[in-house]
Amino acid sequence: MTKKVTIIDYGLGNLFSVSKAFEHIGAQVEITAEPEKIFNADYLVLPGVGAFNKGMQELASRNLIEPIKKYAASGKPLMGICLGMQMLFETGEENGVHQGLGLIKGRVVQIPADKIPHIGWGAVSAKQNWQGAEKEFYFVHSYHAICTQENNLLATVSYKNLELAAAVKNGSVVGYQFHPEKSRNQGLELCKEFLCL
Amino acid sequence: MRKVRIIPRLDIKAPNLIKGVHLEGLRVMGDPQVFAQKYYEQGADELLYMDVVASLYERNGILDIIKHTAKNIFIPMTVGGGIRSVENASEALRSGADKVSLNTAAVREPELITKIADYYGNQCVVISIEAKRKSEGRWEVYTDNGREHTDLDVIEWVQRAVQLGAGEILVTSVDQEGTKKGFDIPLVKAVCEVAQVPVIASGGMGNIEHLHELLEETTVDAVAIANVLHYGTMTIEDIKAKIK
Repeated sequence: MTKKVTIIDYGLGNLFSVSKAFEHIGAQVEITAEPEKIFNADYLVLPGVGAFNKGMQELASRNLIEPIKKYAASGKPLMGICLGMQMLFETGEENGVHQGLGLIKGRVVQIPADKIPHIGWGAVSAKQNWQGAEKEFYFVHSYHAICTQENNLLATVSYKNLELAAAVKNGSVVGYQFHPEKSRNQGLELCKEFLCL
Repeated sequence: MRKVRIIPRLDIKAPNLIKGVHLEGLRVMGDPQVFAQKYYEQGADELLYMDVVASLYERNGILDIIKHTAKNIFIPMTVGGGIRSVENASEALRSGADKVSLNTAAVREPELITKIADYYGNQCVVISIEAKRKSEGRWEVYTDNGREHTDLDVIEWVQRAVQLGAGEILVTSVDQEGTKKGFDIPLVKAVCEVAQVPVIASGGMGNIEHLHELLEETTVDAVAIANVLHYGTMTIEDIKAKIK
Protein backbone atom coordinates (compact mmCIF):
# COMPACT_ATOMS: atom_id res chain seq x y z
CA MET A 1 0.00 0.00 0.00
CA THR A 2 1.45 3.35 -1.01
CA LYS A 3 1.73 5.91 1.73
CA LYS A 4 0.48 9.39 0.98
CA VAL A 5 2.39 12.37 2.28
CA THR A 6 0.83 15.83 2.28
CA ILE A 7 3.17 18.77 1.92
CA ILE A 8 1.87 22.17 2.97
CA ASP A 9 2.19 24.84 0.30
CA TYR A 10 2.23 28.23 1.96
CA GLY A 11 4.45 29.96 -0.56
CA LEU A 12 7.73 29.54 1.27
CA GLY A 13 8.95 26.01 1.15
CA ASN A 14 11.30 24.32 -1.27
CA LEU A 15 8.37 22.14 -2.28
CA PHE A 16 9.97 20.62 -5.32
CA SER A 17 12.93 19.15 -3.45
CA VAL A 18 10.82 17.89 -0.57
CA SER A 19 8.32 16.24 -2.91
CA LYS A 20 11.09 14.62 -4.99
CA ALA A 21 12.63 13.10 -1.89
CA PHE A 22 9.35 11.57 -0.75
CA GLU A 23 8.57 10.36 -4.28
CA HIS A 24 12.01 8.81 -4.43
CA ILE A 25 11.29 6.66 -1.39
CA GLY A 26 8.02 5.50 -2.91
CA ALA A 27 5.40 7.76 -1.39
CA GLN A 28 2.53 9.42 -3.15
CA VAL A 29 2.88 13.18 -2.72
CA GLU A 30 0.10 15.72 -2.36
CA ILE A 31 1.05 19.42 -2.30
CA THR A 32 -1.76 21.57 -1.01
CA ALA A 33 -2.83 24.76 0.73
CA GLU A 34 -6.36 23.51 1.39
CA PRO A 35 -7.21 23.38 5.11
CA GLU A 36 -9.40 20.32 4.71
CA LYS A 37 -6.79 18.27 2.87
CA ILE A 38 -4.25 19.26 5.49
CA PHE A 39 -6.47 18.26 8.36
CA ASN A 40 -7.27 14.93 6.70
CA ALA A 41 -3.71 14.04 5.79
CA ASP A 42 -2.14 10.77 6.88
CA TYR A 43 1.38 12.20 7.05
CA LEU A 44 1.91 15.96 7.04
CA VAL A 45 5.06 17.88 6.21
CA LEU A 46 5.64 21.57 6.92
CA PRO A 47 8.65 22.65 4.84
CA GLY A 48 10.08 26.13 4.99
CA VAL A 49 12.86 28.39 3.94
CA GLY A 50 12.89 31.98 5.07
CA ALA A 51 11.85 34.16 7.94
CA PHE A 52 9.71 33.07 10.90
CA ASN A 53 7.34 36.02 10.87
CA LYS A 54 6.84 35.74 7.14
CA GLY A 55 6.18 32.03 7.45
CA MET A 56 3.56 32.50 10.16
CA GLN A 57 1.94 35.33 8.16
CA GLU A 58 1.70 33.15 5.10
CA LEU A 59 0.15 30.31 7.11
CA ALA A 60 -2.29 32.73 8.74
CA SER A 61 -3.34 34.36 5.46
CA ARG A 62 -4.22 30.93 4.12
CA ASN A 63 -6.07 29.94 7.31
CA LEU A 64 -3.75 27.04 7.88
CA ILE A 65 -2.77 27.56 11.51
CA GLU A 66 -5.86 25.97 13.02
CA PRO A 67 -5.95 22.94 10.70
CA ILE A 68 -2.27 22.22 11.44
CA LYS A 69 -2.82 22.52 15.20
CA LYS A 70 -5.91 20.31 15.05
CA TYR A 71 -4.06 17.77 12.91
CA ALA A 72 -1.22 17.62 15.43
CA ALA A 73 -3.65 17.34 18.33
CA SER A 74 -5.19 14.28 16.69
CA GLY A 75 -1.86 12.49 17.10
CA LYS A 76 -1.04 12.00 13.42
CA PRO A 77 2.59 12.43 12.27
CA LEU A 78 3.81 15.95 11.46
CA MET A 79 7.33 16.76 10.23
CA GLY A 80 8.63 20.32 10.28
CA ILE A 81 11.73 21.04 8.17
CA CYS A 82 14.06 23.98 8.72
CA LEU A 83 11.77 27.03 9.04
CA GLY A 84 8.94 24.51 9.35
CA MET A 85 10.67 23.05 12.41
CA GLN A 86 11.18 26.51 13.88
CA MET A 87 7.50 27.40 13.47
CA LEU A 88 6.54 24.38 15.59
CA PHE A 89 7.79 26.35 18.60
CA GLU A 90 6.00 28.98 20.68
CA THR A 91 7.78 32.13 19.54
CA GLY A 92 10.30 33.34 17.02
CA GLU A 93 12.40 36.42 17.63
CA GLU A 94 13.40 37.60 14.14
CA ASN A 95 12.36 41.26 13.63
CA GLY A 96 10.30 41.32 16.83
CA VAL A 97 8.60 38.52 18.78
CA HIS A 98 6.14 36.45 16.77
CA GLN A 99 3.81 33.62 17.70
CA GLY A 100 4.57 30.20 16.30
CA LEU A 101 2.37 27.12 16.24
CA GLY A 102 3.18 26.32 19.86
CA LEU A 103 3.39 22.56 19.32
CA ILE A 104 6.75 22.32 21.08
CA LYS A 105 7.71 24.45 24.08
CA GLY A 106 10.50 26.88 23.42
CA ARG A 107 11.62 29.78 21.32
CA VAL A 108 13.60 30.55 18.20
CA VAL A 109 16.41 33.08 18.34
CA GLN A 110 19.34 34.16 16.23
CA ILE A 111 22.44 31.97 16.33
CA PRO A 112 24.90 33.96 18.49
CA ALA A 113 27.95 33.44 16.28
CA ASP A 114 30.12 35.90 14.35
CA LYS A 115 29.50 34.13 11.07
CA ILE A 116 25.91 33.34 10.11
CA PRO A 117 24.14 31.65 8.43
CA HIS A 118 25.40 28.28 9.55
CA ILE A 119 25.83 26.59 6.19
CA GLY A 120 27.16 23.13 5.58
CA TRP A 121 27.23 19.54 6.68
CA GLY A 122 27.18 18.90 10.41
CA ALA A 123 27.44 15.68 12.38
CA VAL A 124 24.64 15.42 14.92
CA SER A 125 24.89 14.21 18.49
CA ALA A 126 21.86 12.29 19.67
CA LYS A 127 20.43 13.12 23.08
CA GLN A 128 17.99 10.24 22.91
CA ASN A 129 17.61 7.05 20.95
CA TRP A 130 17.29 8.26 17.36
CA GLN A 131 17.92 6.86 13.92
CA GLY A 132 19.92 9.84 12.69
CA ALA A 133 22.48 9.60 15.51
CA GLU A 134 26.09 10.50 14.62
CA LYS A 135 25.26 11.07 10.95
CA GLU A 136 25.88 14.23 8.91
CA PHE A 137 23.07 16.38 7.63
CA TYR A 138 22.93 19.63 5.69
CA PHE A 139 22.21 22.77 7.64
CA VAL A 140 21.48 26.26 6.38
CA HIS A 141 20.02 28.60 8.97
CA SER A 142 20.62 31.81 10.87
CA TYR A 143 18.17 31.08 13.71
CA HIS A 144 17.97 28.15 16.08
CA ALA A 145 15.36 26.68 18.38
CA ILE A 146 15.81 26.43 22.14
CA CYS A 147 13.69 23.71 23.73
CA THR A 148 12.23 24.49 27.13
CA GLN A 149 11.88 20.79 27.89
CA GLU A 150 14.91 18.56 27.56
CA ASN A 151 12.83 15.56 26.56
CA ASN A 152 11.84 17.35 23.33
CA LEU A 153 15.45 17.55 22.18
CA LEU A 154 16.45 14.59 19.99
CA ALA A 155 19.82 15.74 18.70
CA THR A 156 22.15 18.70 18.49
CA VAL A 157 24.77 19.94 16.07
CA SER A 158 27.95 21.74 16.95
CA TYR A 159 28.66 25.12 15.31
CA LYS A 160 31.35 27.54 16.44
CA ASN A 161 31.43 26.06 19.96
CA LEU A 162 27.63 26.27 20.22
CA GLU A 163 25.32 23.28 20.55
CA LEU A 164 22.27 23.96 18.41
CA ALA A 165 19.06 21.93 18.26
CA ALA A 166 19.19 19.72 15.18
CA ALA A 167 16.21 17.44 15.77
CA VAL A 168 13.25 17.85 18.12
CA LYS A 169 10.16 15.83 18.95
CA ASN A 170 6.92 16.11 20.86
CA GLY A 171 4.70 13.08 20.54
CA SER A 172 3.88 12.61 16.86
CA VAL A 173 5.41 15.95 15.94
CA VAL A 174 9.02 15.89 14.78
CA GLY A 175 11.19 18.75 13.62
CA TYR A 176 14.50 18.83 11.78
CA GLN A 177 16.57 22.01 11.59
CA PHE A 178 18.58 20.46 8.74
CA HIS A 179 17.17 19.48 5.37
CA PRO A 180 16.54 15.72 5.24
CA GLU A 181 15.61 16.09 1.56
CA LYS A 182 19.10 17.46 0.90
CA SER A 183 21.08 15.15 3.12
CA ARG A 184 21.74 12.19 0.90
CA ASN A 185 20.72 8.71 1.98
CA GLN A 186 20.73 9.45 5.67
CA GLY A 187 18.15 12.17 5.07
CA LEU A 188 16.03 9.90 2.92
CA GLU A 189 16.16 7.28 5.71
CA LEU A 190 14.57 9.79 8.08
CA CYS A 191 11.84 10.43 5.50
CA LYS A 192 11.25 6.68 5.34
CA GLU A 193 11.15 6.42 9.11
CA PHE A 194 8.58 9.22 9.21
CA LEU A 195 6.34 7.22 6.89
CA CYS A 196 7.00 4.07 8.87
CA LEU A 197 8.46 2.42 5.77
CA MET B 1 43.82 20.50 7.48
CA ARG B 2 40.35 21.79 8.15
CA LYS B 3 37.09 20.82 6.54
CA VAL B 4 35.61 22.82 3.67
CA ARG B 5 32.65 22.14 1.42
CA ILE B 6 33.67 20.84 -1.99
CA ILE B 7 31.28 22.19 -4.60
CA PRO B 8 31.56 21.19 -8.25
CA ARG B 9 30.84 24.18 -10.44
CA LEU B 10 28.87 23.34 -13.56
CA ASP B 11 28.81 26.11 -16.14
CA ILE B 12 25.84 25.50 -18.37
CA LYS B 13 25.03 26.57 -21.86
CA ALA B 14 21.86 24.51 -22.06
CA PRO B 15 21.69 21.69 -22.70
CA ASN B 16 25.44 21.25 -22.26
CA LEU B 17 27.99 21.44 -19.50
CA ILE B 18 30.71 23.72 -20.78
CA LYS B 19 34.06 24.94 -19.55
CA GLY B 20 35.74 28.24 -20.25
CA VAL B 21 39.10 29.77 -19.71
CA HIS B 22 39.20 33.29 -18.26
CA LEU B 23 35.41 33.23 -18.47
CA GLU B 24 35.35 33.18 -22.28
CA GLY B 25 36.12 30.62 -24.94
CA LEU B 26 33.72 27.75 -24.30
CA ARG B 27 34.35 24.06 -24.66
CA VAL B 28 31.48 21.59 -24.54
CA MET B 29 32.14 18.93 -21.89
CA GLY B 30 28.94 16.91 -22.13
CA ASP B 31 25.66 16.10 -20.41
CA PRO B 32 25.30 17.95 -17.09
CA GLN B 33 23.22 15.11 -15.59
CA VAL B 34 26.05 12.62 -16.10
CA PHE B 35 28.55 14.91 -14.42
CA ALA B 36 26.18 15.79 -11.58
CA GLN B 37 25.46 12.11 -10.88
CA LYS B 38 29.17 11.32 -10.89
CA TYR B 39 29.95 14.14 -8.45
CA TYR B 40 27.06 13.16 -6.20
CA GLU B 41 28.40 9.62 -6.02
CA GLN B 42 31.91 10.92 -5.34
CA GLY B 43 30.67 12.83 -2.31
CA ALA B 44 30.08 16.40 -3.47
CA ASP B 45 28.76 18.59 -0.66
CA GLU B 46 26.63 20.76 -2.97
CA LEU B 47 26.30 21.53 -6.67
CA LEU B 48 26.68 24.98 -8.23
CA TYR B 49 25.03 25.58 -11.59
CA MET B 50 25.85 28.73 -13.53
CA ASP B 51 23.96 29.62 -16.66
CA VAL B 52 26.67 31.29 -18.72
CA VAL B 53 24.39 32.44 -21.48
CA ALA B 54 21.87 33.92 -19.08
CA SER B 55 19.43 34.97 -21.76
CA LEU B 56 15.71 34.77 -21.23
CA TYR B 57 15.35 32.20 -23.99
CA GLU B 58 17.70 29.83 -22.30
CA ARG B 59 16.00 30.24 -18.97
CA ASN B 60 14.07 26.99 -19.20
CA GLY B 61 17.17 25.10 -20.24
CA ILE B 62 18.95 25.31 -16.94
CA LEU B 63 15.78 24.97 -14.87
CA ASP B 64 14.87 21.79 -16.72
CA ILE B 65 18.33 20.47 -15.89
CA ILE B 66 17.85 21.29 -12.20
CA LYS B 67 14.40 19.69 -12.10
CA HIS B 68 15.77 16.50 -13.53
CA THR B 69 18.77 16.49 -11.21
CA ALA B 70 16.54 17.02 -8.18
CA LYS B 71 14.83 13.68 -8.83
CA ASN B 72 17.88 11.61 -8.05
CA ILE B 73 20.36 13.81 -6.32
CA PHE B 74 19.68 14.82 -2.75
CA ILE B 75 22.24 17.49 -1.94
CA PRO B 76 21.86 21.27 -2.08
CA MET B 77 21.94 23.07 -5.41
CA THR B 78 22.66 26.71 -6.16
CA VAL B 79 21.60 28.25 -9.46
CA GLY B 80 23.02 31.43 -10.92
CA GLY B 81 23.26 33.28 -14.19
CA GLY B 82 20.62 35.75 -15.28
CA ILE B 83 18.65 35.89 -12.05
CA ARG B 84 17.26 39.39 -12.41
CA SER B 85 14.11 39.49 -10.32
CA VAL B 86 12.31 37.95 -7.37
CA GLU B 87 10.27 36.00 -9.94
CA ASN B 88 13.43 34.53 -11.51
CA ALA B 89 14.55 33.52 -8.02
CA SER B 90 11.15 31.97 -7.25
CA GLU B 91 11.27 29.98 -10.47
CA ALA B 92 14.71 28.65 -9.66
CA LEU B 93 13.73 27.72 -6.12
CA ARG B 94 10.52 26.06 -7.32
CA SER B 95 12.59 24.00 -9.76
CA GLY B 96 14.70 22.44 -7.03
CA ALA B 97 17.38 25.03 -6.29
CA ASP B 98 18.06 25.79 -2.63
CA LYS B 99 19.99 28.96 -3.21
CA VAL B 100 20.19 31.51 -6.00
CA SER B 101 23.35 33.28 -7.02
CA LEU B 102 23.18 36.90 -8.13
CA ASN B 103 25.89 38.87 -9.87
CA THR B 104 25.11 41.40 -12.59
CA ALA B 105 21.57 42.10 -11.44
CA ALA B 106 22.73 42.72 -7.87
CA VAL B 107 25.33 45.23 -9.02
CA ARG B 108 22.79 47.05 -11.17
CA GLU B 109 19.99 46.90 -8.62
CA PRO B 110 21.42 46.23 -5.15
CA GLU B 111 17.93 46.37 -3.60
CA LEU B 112 17.20 43.10 -5.40
CA ILE B 113 19.39 41.36 -2.81
CA THR B 114 17.16 42.64 -0.04
CA LYS B 115 13.95 41.83 -1.91
CA ILE B 116 14.91 38.19 -2.41
CA ALA B 117 16.42 37.85 1.08
CA ASP B 118 13.32 39.35 2.72
CA TYR B 119 11.10 36.85 1.02
CA TYR B 120 13.19 33.70 1.04
CA GLY B 121 15.69 34.42 3.77
CA ASN B 122 19.29 35.51 3.39
CA GLN B 123 20.54 31.93 3.46
CA CYS B 124 19.00 31.59 -0.01
CA VAL B 125 21.00 34.45 -1.48
CA VAL B 126 24.55 33.99 -2.73
CA ILE B 127 26.27 37.03 -4.16
CA SER B 128 28.66 35.98 -6.88
CA ILE B 129 31.53 38.36 -7.43
CA GLU B 130 33.87 38.17 -10.40
CA ALA B 131 37.02 39.90 -9.27
CA LYS B 132 39.85 41.17 -11.42
CA ARG B 133 43.11 42.49 -10.00
CA LYS B 134 43.35 46.24 -10.34
CA SER B 135 46.45 47.02 -8.29
CA GLU B 136 48.22 45.66 -5.20
CA GLY B 137 45.56 44.59 -2.74
CA ARG B 138 42.70 45.96 -4.84
CA TRP B 139 40.26 44.19 -7.10
CA GLU B 140 37.50 45.44 -9.34
CA VAL B 141 34.04 43.89 -9.68
CA TYR B 142 33.20 42.61 -13.14
CA THR B 143 29.75 41.60 -14.39
CA ASP B 144 28.22 39.77 -17.36
CA ASN B 145 30.34 36.69 -16.89
CA GLY B 146 33.57 38.62 -16.51
CA ARG B 147 33.11 40.84 -19.54
CA GLU B 148 32.02 44.21 -18.16
CA HIS B 149 34.01 46.28 -15.68
CA THR B 150 32.23 48.40 -13.08
CA ASP B 151 34.75 50.59 -11.15
CA LEU B 152 33.32 48.96 -8.01
CA ASP B 153 35.82 47.83 -5.41
CA VAL B 154 35.37 44.16 -4.51
CA ILE B 155 35.91 44.57 -0.78
CA GLU B 156 33.47 47.47 -0.56
CA TRP B 157 30.93 45.55 -2.59
CA VAL B 158 31.25 42.46 -0.34
CA GLN B 159 30.46 44.56 2.72
CA ARG B 160 27.54 46.30 1.05
CA ALA B 161 26.12 43.06 -0.29
CA VAL B 162 26.19 41.46 3.15
CA GLN B 163 24.51 44.52 4.68
CA LEU B 164 21.80 44.25 2.04
CA GLY B 165 21.10 40.62 2.90
CA ALA B 166 23.56 38.29 1.15
CA GLY B 167 23.88 35.01 3.06
CA GLU B 168 26.97 33.79 1.25
CA ILE B 169 29.67 35.22 -0.99
CA LEU B 170 31.02 33.35 -4.01
CA VAL B 171 34.22 34.99 -5.15
CA THR B 172 35.72 34.07 -8.52
CA SER B 173 39.08 35.31 -9.64
CA VAL B 174 38.80 36.38 -13.26
CA ASP B 175 42.62 36.35 -13.48
CA GLN B 176 43.03 32.81 -12.16
CA GLU B 177 39.89 31.10 -13.47
CA GLY B 178 40.68 28.32 -15.94
CA THR B 179 44.45 28.72 -15.59
CA LYS B 180 45.00 25.88 -13.09
CA LYS B 181 47.73 28.01 -11.53
CA GLY B 182 46.12 28.33 -8.12
CA PHE B 183 43.64 30.59 -6.34
CA ASP B 184 44.09 34.32 -5.90
CA ILE B 185 44.95 33.92 -2.23
CA PRO B 186 45.17 37.64 -1.31
CA LEU B 187 41.72 38.14 -2.88
CA VAL B 188 40.08 35.29 -0.97
CA LYS B 189 41.80 36.31 2.25
CA ALA B 190 40.65 39.92 1.90
CA VAL B 191 37.06 38.85 1.22
CA CYS B 192 37.00 36.42 4.18
CA GLU B 193 38.27 39.13 6.49
CA VAL B 194 35.29 41.41 5.84
CA ALA B 195 32.48 39.04 4.90
CA GLN B 196 30.93 37.79 8.20
CA VAL B 197 29.01 35.25 6.12
CA PRO B 198 30.38 32.04 4.58
CA VAL B 199 32.69 32.49 1.59
CA ILE B 200 33.09 30.16 -1.39
CA ALA B 201 36.30 30.55 -3.40
CA SER B 202 36.31 29.80 -7.10
CA GLY B 203 38.85 29.98 -9.85
CA GLY B 204 42.30 28.58 -10.41
CA MET B 205 42.61 25.20 -8.78
CA GLY B 206 44.99 22.93 -10.67
CA ASN B 207 46.24 20.56 -7.99
CA ILE B 208 45.85 19.68 -4.33
CA GLU B 209 48.65 22.01 -3.23
CA HIS B 210 46.58 24.96 -4.40
CA LEU B 211 43.80 23.83 -2.10
CA HIS B 212 46.19 23.26 0.81
CA GLU B 213 47.50 26.78 0.36
CA LEU B 214 43.97 28.20 0.26
CA LEU B 215 43.02 26.39 3.48
CA GLU B 216 46.18 27.40 5.29
CA GLU B 217 46.17 31.05 4.25
CA THR B 218 42.44 31.89 4.41
CA THR B 219 39.33 31.09 6.46
CA VAL B 220 37.30 30.21 3.38
CA ASP B 221 34.30 27.90 4.00
CA ALA B 222 33.94 26.25 0.62
CA VAL B 223 35.57 25.86 -2.78
CA ALA B 224 33.90 25.70 -6.16
CA ILE B 225 35.90 23.54 -8.52
CA ALA B 226 35.41 23.06 -12.26
CA ASN B 227 38.49 22.24 -14.33
CA VAL B 228 40.12 19.66 -12.09
CA LEU B 229 36.85 17.74 -11.73
CA HIS B 230 35.42 18.04 -15.26
CA TYR B 231 38.69 16.92 -16.84
CA GLY B 232 38.99 14.08 -14.34
CA THR B 233 42.34 15.24 -12.95
CA MET B 234 41.10 14.50 -9.45
CA THR B 235 37.93 13.03 -7.97
CA ILE B 236 36.09 14.53 -5.03
CA GLU B 237 37.09 11.52 -2.95
CA ASP B 238 40.79 12.22 -3.76
CA ILE B 239 40.38 15.84 -2.76
CA LYS B 240 38.55 15.09 0.50
CA ALA B 241 41.09 12.40 1.43
CA LYS B 242 43.94 14.84 0.91
CA ILE B 243 42.50 17.57 3.07
CA LYS B 244 41.56 15.31 6.01
